[in-house]
Amino acid sequence: MDATMTAYAADTVSSIFAPVSTPAVKEADLAWFVLVLSAVVFVVVGGLIAYSVVRFRARAGDQRPEPPQVYGSAQVEAAWTAVPLIIILVLMLVTGRVIHEIQAAPEPPTAVEVTVVGKQWWWEIRYPKLGVVTANELHVPVSDSVTRRPTFLTLESADVAHSFWVPRVAGKTDLIPNRTARMWVEPHEPGTYLGQCAEYCGAQHTLMLLRVVADPPEEFDRWVQQQRRVAAAEPADSVAAAGRRVFLGTICVSCHAVAGTTASGRYGPDLTHLMSRATIAAGAAPNTREQLRAWIRNPDDLKHGVLMPAMQIDDKYLHELVEYLLTLR
Amino acid sequence: MTAIPVPSPTPPWTLPRRGPVGILLFILAESALFSVFVAAYCYYIGRSLTGPTPREVLHFPVLMTVCLLSSSLTVHLAGRALANGATARFLSYWLATVLLGAAFLAGTAREWRELIVVHHLTIHSNLFGSTYYALVGLHASHVIAGMVMLLTVAAFGLAGRVRPHHVDRTDVISIYWHFVDLVWIVVVTVVYIIGR
Amino acid sequence: MTTTQLPFAVSAKERAHPIFDPLQEWLETVDHKRLGILYIVFALVFLVIGGIEATLIRIQLAVADNHFLSAHTFNVLFTMHGTTMVFLVGMPILAGFANYLVPLQIGARDVAFPRLNSFGFWVTCFGGLLLNASFLTAPALLGGSGAPDVGWFGYAPLTEPAYTRGNATDYWVIGLIIVGIGSIAGAVNIATTIVTMRTKGMTLGRMPLYTWITLVVQCMILAAVSPLTAALILLLLDRGLGAHFFDTQAGGSAVLWQHFFWVFGHPEVYVLMLPGFGFLSEIIPVFSRKVIFGYPVMVAATIAIGFISVSVWAHHMFAVGMSPAANTFFAVSTGLVAVPTGIKLFNWLGTMWGGQIRLQTPMLFAIAVLLQFLVAGITGVMLAVVPFNWQLTDTYFVVAHFHFVLVGSLLFAIFGAVYYWYPKVTGRLMSERLGKWHFWLFLIGFNLTFIPQHFAGMLGMPRRVYTFLPERGLEIWNLVSSIGVAFQLAGGACFLWNLIRSYRRGAVAGNDPWDAWTLEWATSSPPPVYNFAELPVVGSRRPLWDLKHPEDPDWHYE
Repeated sequence: MDATMTAYAADTVSSIFAPVSTPAVKEADLAWFVLVLSAVVFVVVGGLIAYSVVRFRARAGDQRPEPPQVYGSAQVEAAWTAVPLIIILVLMLVTGRVIHEIQAAPEPPTAVEVTVVGKQWWWEIRYPKLGVVTANELHVPVSDSVTRRPTFLTLESADVAHSFWVPRVAGKTDLIPNRTARMWVEPHEPGTYLGQCAEYCGAQHTLMLLRVVADPPEEFDRWVQQQRRVAAAEPADSVAAAGRRVFLGTICVSCHAVAGTTASGRYGPDLTHLMSRATIAAGAAPNTREQLRAWIRNPDDLKHGVLMPAMQIDDKYLHELVEYLLTLR
Repeated sequence: MTAIPVPSPTPPWTLPRRGPVGILLFILAESALFSVFVAAYCYYIGRSLTGPTPREVLHFPVLMTVCLLSSSLTVHLAGRALANGATARFLSYWLATVLLGAAFLAGTAREWRELIVVHHLTIHSNLFGSTYYALVGLHASHVIAGMVMLLTVAAFGLAGRVRPHHVDRTDVISIYWHFVDLVWIVVVTVVYIIGR
Repeated sequence: MTTTQLPFAVSAKERAHPIFDPLQEWLETVDHKRLGILYIVFALVFLVIGGIEATLIRIQLAVADNHFLSAHTFNVLFTMHGTTMVFLVGMPILAGFANYLVPLQIGARDVAFPRLNSFGFWVTCFGGLLLNASFLTAPALLGGSGAPDVGWFGYAPLTEPAYTRGNATDYWVIGLIIVGIGSIAGAVNIATTIVTMRTKGMTLGRMPLYTWITLVVQCMILAAVSPLTAALILLLLDRGLGAHFFDTQAGGSAVLWQHFFWVFGHPEVYVLMLPGFGFLSEIIPVFSRKVIFGYPVMVAATIAIGFISVSVWAHHMFAVGMSPAANTFFAVSTGLVAVPTGIKLFNWLGTMWGGQIRLQTPMLFAIAVLLQFLVAGITGVMLAVVPFNWQLTDTYFVVAHFHFVLVGSLLFAIFGAVYYWYPKVTGRLMSERLGKWHFWLFLIGFNLTFIPQHFAGMLGMPRRVYTFLPERGLEIWNLVSSIGVAFQLAGGACFLWNLIRSYRRGAVAGNDPWDAWTLEWATSSPPPVYNFAELPVVGSRRPLWDLKHPEDPDWHYE
C-alpha cells in the first residue's frame, strides 16, 4: 500500500479547524472560543508561577532567616475560588447551548436518510428510502441555505463498537451493537472528506477508513439513479462473462451481494457498483485492477487480520474474476 | 532528640479500634462491588430474549429470609453475652447463628437445584439466568465466607477458648454478618419483588 | 548476654548466607518500610517494561505507513502499556509511598494490619506477573504474542469470546481482578492506619497534607476499584461460563460495560493524581521555606475532588450518543472539578509567594508539575466542552492530555518525591548533578513527545492506530513526538543510575537534610524497624517547626 496510497491520498489534511459542514462548523467556532479563553488562563497563571519562581528564588549562599510564615487568607482564597467558578459556568452555559443546537436539531422533510452499519473493519451504507446500498464511501448532497438538504445518519453496529468520524464534516458518534445512535451532517462545499473509525474495534481498527463525498444536488441525484440499477445480466466481454461464472460459482457469494444475480451475502461489502468507489478494503487501497487482483489473491497482504480469506484461485480464474469485477460500475 | 513542644494542657487521646474501622472500610469496598451486580440486575430486568422469566420460576424465599435475618439477631445477642462474660450463652447463640446460616445456604441450594433441574435455567440460558446466578451467587459466596469465620470461632468456643476479651474480634465478624444480611434485603427486593 | 536456645534458632554461621537470608527476610517481611520499598521497586521494574512498550509504539509511529510492528503487535503493546502503567506502576508505586511514609508521618510504629499489608503486596505482584506471563503463552511460540490486545479499557463486546479467541483476554481479566484485590487490601490497611494509629496530639486537622490526601485516596480506591473488580467478574462469567452480561448477540449491553468501566476509570485518575498533589504539598512548602498556604482549604479541596470525581465518569462517553441533558450534566460536573484543582494550584502558588525558593531537584520537578498540570487541567476543561469533545475524543489530543496528567504531573511529582525522600529511606542524598541532568532531559523529552500530539489529534489522528497515512499533515508531529522519547530515555537512565550510585556513594544525609517539618524527619535515616524510639507527641501541623522555633510555635496560628 506504499507508493500508490500516497498518490490517491493527496491533499487530505483533516483538520477539525477546516470545517465544511454544519455540526463541524459549530464545533470549530466553540473550539476557537475555548482555545482563546484557555490561552488567556494559561498566560496569566503560568506567568504568575514563572514570576514567583524567579522573583522569590533563593540565591546561592543565602543566609536570610526564614521568611514570614503566611498561613492563608480567606479573601484571597475566596477570590481564586470565585473566578474559576465564574469562568467554568460561562463556558458550560455556552456548551449547553451548542449541545442542544447540534443534538436536538429538527430533521427537515428534505433530509436524506442513511443507515450506517459498522462492521469489522468496513462500513455498510444503506439509503433505505432510496433503495441504495454501498460501502465505505458515503455520498451526501451539498446543502445550501435555500433548500437545506442535511443528511441524517442512523448508526448501528453488526459486531463491536466503532465510531463514525470525518473531522471536517462532524464530530464523532459511536456505532454500538444493540443500540441505535443518530447524527447528522450538512456539507456546504462539494468535495471528498476523509475520516476513519475512531473507536478501537480490533485488529484492523487502523484501516477502517471512511470518506464522505459531498456532491452538488443534481450530481447526488444522478449518483442515486446510477446506484439503483442492477448489474448487467451478462457482461459483453467474454473474459468478464467467464469471471461472472467464477464469481457465482465460488464462495464469494456467501459474503458479497451483486444485485441482479443470486449473490446476496451481506457479511462483506455489496459489490453491485464496486467500480463506482474510489477505494477497496475500506480505504486501504485504491480501486484499481492491480490492487483488486492483489486483494483477492491474499487480502491479508493489504490489510493484516482482515476477515476475508485468501481465495486460493489460480491465475486464470483470478484474471477472469477481476475482469468481471471491473464491469460492476 | 529533644521533645517537641506542645501546647498545654494536652487533651485526652483516644482513637477508634482498628478491627471495626478495618471491617467498615472493607464493607465500603464490598458495597461498591454489590452495587455493580445490583445495577446490572436492574438494568437487565425484562430484557431477556428468551425464557424462562422470573415470574415463571421464582418464589419469594420466606423461610430463607427469616433464617438469615434472625441470624443477625442471634449473632448480636452472642456478642452481648460475651461482653457480659456469659461464655456459655455466647456459644449457644453463636451456634444458633451457624445453624441459621446453614439453613439459608440449604435453601439457596434447593432453589438452584429446582431452577436448574426442573426449569432448565442456567447462567447461559438468558440474561435473567446470567444476572440471577451472578447476584444471588455473589451473595451466597459472602454467606459462605461468613460461615467459615463463624465456624472458626465456634470451634474455638467449643474448645472453651473464647474469652470475654475476644469480643473485639467477634464484633468484627458480627459487623460483617450484619452487612451480609443487609445485602440480602437488597437482593430480595431487587430479585424477588421488583424483578418479578 | 546469654542466649536462650530457641527450637528454631539457627547458628550464626548458617544465618550468614549472603543471598538466601536477606531474600528470606524480604519475602517474609511485614515491616511497612520494607513493603513500601518492595512496592516501589516492583513498580520501577514495570515502569521500565511499560517504557519499553511505549518506545516500541513511538518507533512504529515515527514515520507514516511504517511496517516496524504488525497491527496485532501494536495492539498488544498499547494494551499492555496502558494496563501496566496504570495497574502495575501507578497504583503500586503510590501504595509503596503510602506504606513507607504514612506511619512515619503520623508517628506510628507500623501499619494497622502488617500481615494484610504483606498479602496486598504479594497479591499485586502475582497479578502483575500473571498478566505479563501472557506474553509467553502458546501463540508466542508461533511467532506471535498471546498477550491481550483489547485495550486497557477492554470495551465490550470486543472482549467477548466471539471476538477474542484464545486466552489472552482471560489473562487480562484475571490479572486485573487479582491486582484489584491487592489494591483493596492495601487501601483498607492504610486508611485504618491513619484513622486508628495517629500519635498523641495528631488530630485530623494536624495531619500532614500528604497523609490527608492519602486517606481520601484510600477511600476512593475502595469505592472505585471494587466496581472494576465486579465488572471484571461479570466479564469472566461471560467468558468462562457463557453468561450474557456484555454479549450483545443475546441482548447484553455494550454501553453498560462502558459505564461500569468509567465508574472505576475516572475516580482512578484522581486516585493516581491526588497523591502527586500530596507530594507537592510536602515539597513546595519545605523548599519555599514557608508553611502551606490555606491548609484547611487544601483539605476541603481534596475531599471535594473525591466527591466530584465519582459523578463525572460519563465524560468518557460523550460520543456514545447520550441525551443532551446527560451530556450537559457530565460536562458541568467535569468542569466543576477544575475549581478545587484550581484552588490547589493557587495555594501552592500562594505558598511560594514571598518565600525563599531553593531550586534543588525535588523543587525543580515540583515547579515543572505546576506548569504541566496547568496545561493538563486546561486541556481537561477543553475536553469537557462536549461539542469540542466530539472532535477531540479518541484522538491523540486525549493521549496528550492524559499523559500531561499521568507523566507531566504524576510521574514528575513521583520523581520529585523520590529525590525528596530517598535520603530518609537510604540515609544518603541523591546526586544533585545527575538529578539536574535527569530533570532537564526528561523535561525536554516529555514536552517534545506530548506537545505535538495535541496538534496531531486536532489534525484528525485517532488513537490506537498502528500507522497513519502520509500527506495528512501528521508526519512532523509524529516524528518530533518520537524524537522526544530519546530524551526521556536518557533522562530515565540518569535517574536509574542516580538511584543505584547514590545508594553507596551519595552524601550522608543525616536525619533531616532538607530542614523539613513533618515527623518522618524526626527519626534517623533510615529509620529503625520500630520507627521511633519514643513516640512523639505533636501540638501542631509542623511539629519540627515547633521544635526548631519554640519561641514561635505553629499552634498560635492554626
